[in-house]
Amino acid sequence: MNVLVAQFVTEVRLTLRRGESLLLILGLPLFFLVFFSAVDVLPTGPGTAVDFLAPGILALAVMSTAMVSLSIATGFERSYGVLKRLGATPLRRPRLVIAKTAGVVAVELVQFAVLVPVAFLLGWEPDANWLAALAGVVLGTAAFAGIGLVLSGRLKAEVNLAASNGLYLVLLVVSGMMFSLDELPGAGRSIARLLPSSALADVLRGSLSGGDVAGRAWIVLAVWAVVTPVVAARAFRWE
Amino acid sequence: MSSAVEVREAAIRYGDLIAVDGLTFTAEAGAVTALLGPNGAGKTSIVEACEGYRRLDSGTVRVLGLDPVADHDRLVGSLGVMLQQGGVYPGIRVGEVVALFCTYYGERRRPTELIDTVGLGDRVRSTWRQLSGGEQQRLSLALALAGSPDVVFLDEPTASVDVAGRQRVRALIREEADRGCCVVLTTHELEEAERLADHVVIIDHGRMVAAGSPGVLTRSLQSDEVRFGAGPGLDVAGLGATIGAMVVEASPGEYVVASAPSPAMVAAIATWLAERDLPLADLRAGRKRLEDVYLALTNETSVAVSARLTRRERRRTR
Repeated sequence: MNVLVAQFVTEVRLTLRRGESLLLILGLPLFFLVFFSAVDVLPTGPGTAVDFLAPGILALAVMSTAMVSLSIATGFERSYGVLKRLGATPLRRPRLVIAKTAGVVAVELVQFAVLVPVAFLLGWEPDANWLAALAGVVLGTAAFAGIGLVLSGRLKAEVNLAASNGLYLVLLVVSGMMFSLDELPGAGRSIARLLPSSALADVLRGSLSGGDVAGRAWIVLAVWAVVTPVVAARAFRWE
Repeated sequence: MSSAVEVREAAIRYGDLIAVDGLTFTAEAGAVTALLGPNGAGKTSIVEACEGYRRLDSGTVRVLGLDPVADHDRLVGSLGVMLQQGGVYPGIRVGEVVALFCTYYGERRRPTELIDTVGLGDRVRSTWRQLSGGEQQRLSLALALAGSPDVVFLDEPTASVDVAGRQRVRALIREEADRGCCVVLTTHELEEAERLADHVVIIDHGRMVAAGSPGVLTRSLQSDEVRFGAGPGLDVAGLGATIGAMVVEASPGEYVVASAPSPAMVAAIATWLAERDLPLADLRAGRKRLEDVYLALTNETSVAVSARLTRRERRRTR
């Protein structure tokens, strides 16, 4: 088998095998989507809850895979000497990075394949610009993968585990994935809009719900998508 | 023909700690070379320099005539590596990781055969995390051999492996050398070096203190002395006067007679003990075991080192 394909299959297989990672990338988004669509307790604005939630949950899915799952896996691979050991094989780093990237994209496809039909079952009626949504997912993946690799490339595996999960929780709450940012007080709202998670939620909500996407959201997301991978490439320690 | 591995005047420093200090040695194709030394002697540091993981602060390393760092991409295909620990995805199965590594090297070896060679045939579906320490070591060894390498570096390959596993590992290492591979391994266990190696390089505090085949090493350091064990507190002066040679109680109950091990000398010692009805625990003449050589060599420097360490400790506590 081709080396790149074999490495890609390994990355995906190991991600889907870890119970805690499955819970994070599929369990929680699915739970939030179903629960808050059925139980209308969140301030989701006018319209049905699922129309508001579905794009936010897709943003959450991207964040959980590209940032948290990638970061935790990479952190442990680094501390267990896996990355070091692979450095002494003909795999080479570019192919490892490509395989990991492809692995993240493949897992996201699995997530969408589960979450989108469930959202339809819950009555989601998207008015979608799929191309814009796809662009948002690509940029968001780059931005979150960059953050995940900055954390996992520098912190000890256990510290990274806590930091990635903590960051996930904070971003989940303050980013307009689950409820409208308009609920936040003025200063908090301005800061929140600069986060990659809010920008991705805005982009997906705009492009999937027939609304316009604020130019600001595209710019914020694009800046994160360029800056964090560059920082990660510089900061990352293989051993 | 040049050696498969050539290390010349290598030095590696970590801050003000000198891990490798002007080390020179070679390792040949078709032979097992053991880097033997106590923990902290610099074995792993020099092996990692050979593997391309770190640069030397001075000196040169050549593996198959290549620079392990600069020519890394050209070298990796011919290189096998076993880290001291870890190096494998914790959640991956034995069968999966061996197949993956065989793919890296273009399927030079069949995964199932490789797994059977290291005796993990019944653990194919177990994950790395589920393996015992010894099984993990054997899996790491299999991964090191996945590319049928020309040079293989094994860092403590038999550490935490049980007796049966050790025999298997030793046989496998011997097989690799016999097919022409240059095997370089580190160990702090003399017995491993004595059993496995064709060539032993004894390292202490980053320097080579002796090198040669286990046989040559022990012979060249042979000295004229007879050692025997008896009860502690013998009258060494009386014995010395009777047999006409200096006798020292090296440690309680262990005596060293400074004399060639002639039959007459051995008889004289035995007679003296017999007259006093003293038991003779053991008696060794002439040839030392590698252990004696090793301890003699590594002890000489340990006094200087403990002085150095004490100074450093003092500086730190201040």
